[in-house]
Amino acid sequence: MAKISFKLNDQIVEFESDLNRRLLDVLRDDFNLTGPKEGCGEGECGACAVLLNHEIVNSCCTPLANVIGQEVITIEGFSKTKRYEVIKNAFANTGGVQCGFCTPGMIIATESLLNKNPHPTDFEIRIGLSGNLCRCTGYNLIVEAVKEAFKVGEGLW
Amino acid sequence: MKDISKSINRVDNDEKASGQAKYVADIKYEGMLYAITVRSSIVKGEIINIKYPNLPEGYYVVDYKDIPGKNIVKVIFSDMPVFTEKTISYLYEPIALLVGPDKEVLNKLLKQVSIDYKEDEGVFDWVDSVIHYSFDKGDGKKAFSNKRIIEYTYETSYQEQAYIETQGFVGYPEEEKTTLIGSIQCPYYVKNAVIQALGETEDNVRVIQATVGGAFGGKEEFPSLIGCQLAVAVKKIKKPIQLVYEREEDMLVTTKRHPAKIKFKAAIKDDRIYALGVFAGIDGGATIGLSGVVLSRALIACTGVYTIDHLDVSGDVFKTNTVPNGAFRGFGAPQMFFAIEMFVEHVALALGKDVLEFKKAHLAKQNDFTSTMGIFRDPILIPEMIEKAMEKSLYLEKRKEYDKPNSYKGIGMSIFFHGCGFTGSGEKNVIKAKVRLKKDGDLVYILVAAVEMGQGIKTGFRKLVSHMLDIDIERVIFNNPDTDFVPDSGPTVASRTMMIVGGIIARATKEVKNRWQENTFVVEKEYEQPDYIEYDEETFKGDAYPAYSWGVNIVEVEVDKYSYQVNIKNAWSVYDVGKAIDEKIVTGQADGGLAQGLGYGYLEVMDHRVGKIRQKNMTDYIIPTAMDMCPMKTYLFDNPYAFGPYGAKGVGELSLIGGAPAVAMAIEQAIKRRVHKIPVTPEYIMELIKNGEN
Repeated sequence: MAKISFKLNDQIVEFESDLNRRLLDVLRDDFNLTGPKEGCGEGECGACAVLLNHEIVNSCCTPLANVIGQEVITIEGFSKTKRYEVIKNAFANTGGVQCGFCTPGMIIATESLLNKNPHPTDFEIRIGLSGNLCRCTGYNLIVEAVKEAFKVGEGLW
Repeated sequence: MKDISKSINRVDNDEKASGQAKYVADIKYEGMLYAITVRSSIVKGEIINIKYPNLPEGYYVVDYKDIPGKNIVKVIFSDMPVFTEKTISYLYEPIALLVGPDKEVLNKLLKQVSIDYKEDEGVFDWVDSVIHYSFDKGDGKKAFSNKRIIEYTYETSYQEQAYIETQGFVGYPEEEKTTLIGSIQCPYYVKNAVIQALGETEDNVRVIQATVGGAFGGKEEFPSLIGCQLAVAVKKIKKPIQLVYEREEDMLVTTKRHPAKIKFKAAIKDDRIYALGVFAGIDGGATIGLSGVVLSRALIACTGVYTIDHLDVSGDVFKTNTVPNGAFRGFGAPQMFFAIEMFVEHVALALGKDVLEFKKAHLAKQNDFTSTMGIFRDPILIPEMIEKAMEKSLYLEKRKEYDKPNSYKGIGMSIFFHGCGFTGSGEKNVIKAKVRLKKDGDLVYILVAAVEMGQGIKTGFRKLVSHMLDIDIERVIFNNPDTDFVPDSGPTVASRTMMIVGGIIARATKEVKNRWQENTFVVEKEYEQPDYIEYDEETFKGDAYPAYSWGVNIVEVEVDKYSYQVNIKNAWSVYDVGKAIDEKIVTGQADGGLAQGLGYGYLEVMDHRVGKIRQKNMTDYIIPTAMDMCPMKTYLFDNPYAFGPYGAKGVGELSLIGGAPAVAMAIEQAIKRRVHKIPVTPEYIMELIKNGEN
């Protein structure tokens, strides 16, 4: 057990915990942030994605030790932003949401991509989303959503 | 009034996008315990003795001895125990649950369970037929004499549903009642199974649907098994308990698409297929479950979209000591359509005919007899749909260009249908769907057992009712089904939800509209089968389905000439689903189904070695990523069906069916070899390039 502290969704959190725990479990069990999902538990599906210092990571493969002193944003935190509104509306308008289990992770992936590359090509979008599995959509409408998001949100990224 | 097909945004976007939607694993109760499953470590044999470790306080073993009712999971063919008592028939067969407050402790305890077995040798060859069906049409076997015969065999492998949310339930006691919240397609299947396992009355079992993170058939009958197990645990321990599978467990033990081997024999007369012999086998795994229904759907589809006057059809479900196979979007049709589409093409090539012209010459037309001597009653738009798909994809030009040697490019076209709703008389005799609408002041409540699992039915049903009543969609309420409040409108399967349940809802809505001035009332309606539908399950004679949805897929590929990796470049789809209740939702179903069908055709490898599934996670079992998929274009043809709401027919399964044959045919062109099995992996391509037939 160790005392740790990091920034979670705009607030500094401090608590005692085992540093080997998965960030995903800490978020879901200790903070009741259930937006990040467990789909595979081994970093393949991206349903557990969160932003670590504004870059996408799989929280199921991130030990708590890795976030000490860093900034973590989950879908719950990100959903309070204007960028989220734009991305969410784009997913809604194009039909990028079906069962929804991958959706928070897909939205985090979209943010992480646009943050680095505000005008990605179709190919770059597909690379950007390739760490997030979706079994419902075939990705076509999600790719369309990302395209709509950066057009409508011009200037936000 | 607005065209109902014009898209609106889904009603569940906000809660899903923001992470607020509650899936099973997100639901917690004070003092909730966790359950993990004790499983067999052999494929076949008998349990001699089980030694459990000393359990700390608050930990429990739940096994067959705790089952108050029948130790059988109620499904179509009930041969699966809730917990096995003695006999083991597949690897990782469930024996007991360990239940307690700490998952880590449970995992440690699980490792300390020791089981002695008397081990037998497993059967993996397809020799033990447990279901055999056969039927004929026209002259049957006699039609083959004195004709040129062409025979080929096709094989399909397992496919895993790979819903991103694994299987799971949370259960808790409510006074006398046992309540389950689950990731499920069929609330009443689970409820009825639990009633039987607990030996309880209807009032004492309650099943509620949580938000479902994908299902694709995988949450049709399998949840009845673990729902029963958890219910037994809740009944014994009287505390809230969560049972959620990790990915590895889900991949290794849940039901999959039946591997199939299909042999065709064509008798040729006047350059046409005069008669067709079909011999199909599917691997049911260790229990039969609903394999018979899967087989019958496959057999009924044996002629594909073509009319063939003489048929000799038979098929078997084989029992093997492998994980039980079950429902998966398409339900036998993807196997058969892959096989028949390839076969008709291969016959055309063997006869030296143009494939497209040969297929067109055999296409079924309105009023033709189906394979079971039913009638295709509605117009068939396939010729126009083929034209549309070819025009959009530049099929003919590309087909010609890619025919050049060493192009390593190919374009393939599949043509298919899906029989909408249950096969045969299931709807009338077994399901007897009931639907309730409640008007309360300004609001209308839809009370049905259909679940939203991503396919968009929450939006579809609310849109349907609000459109008919011409009121705002916000005034139509459709909550996740809870068996304490909704009637049994049947399972969310078989592409029946909009056509059948939606059809009943539409009839109920008409009555609500007529009585609109009344403040509060309830309308209940039952399924009424169109009178022309008659089907005999024994003889396979009559109208097996009330309606058919139709599709054409064109897929373009490039095959790497060194690695034989397949790249999907483009895909075009044309569908007749009667009438789209929402174009955007249908397009989403079209894309997603096609991606699964393509994955089935070239990418998704699953197999077993002596009864052990070799792919145990998302790293071993590859499903398509955004990089593997391509832009997809979908075009819809209206062709309203008289008994569907606004003419709607089935949507959900249709779009999975054509992907595998289309990609296989595209690969054939790219490598100039004939494909006889899926998935068409680089290894298989290498083998074909060495030894395959051009």
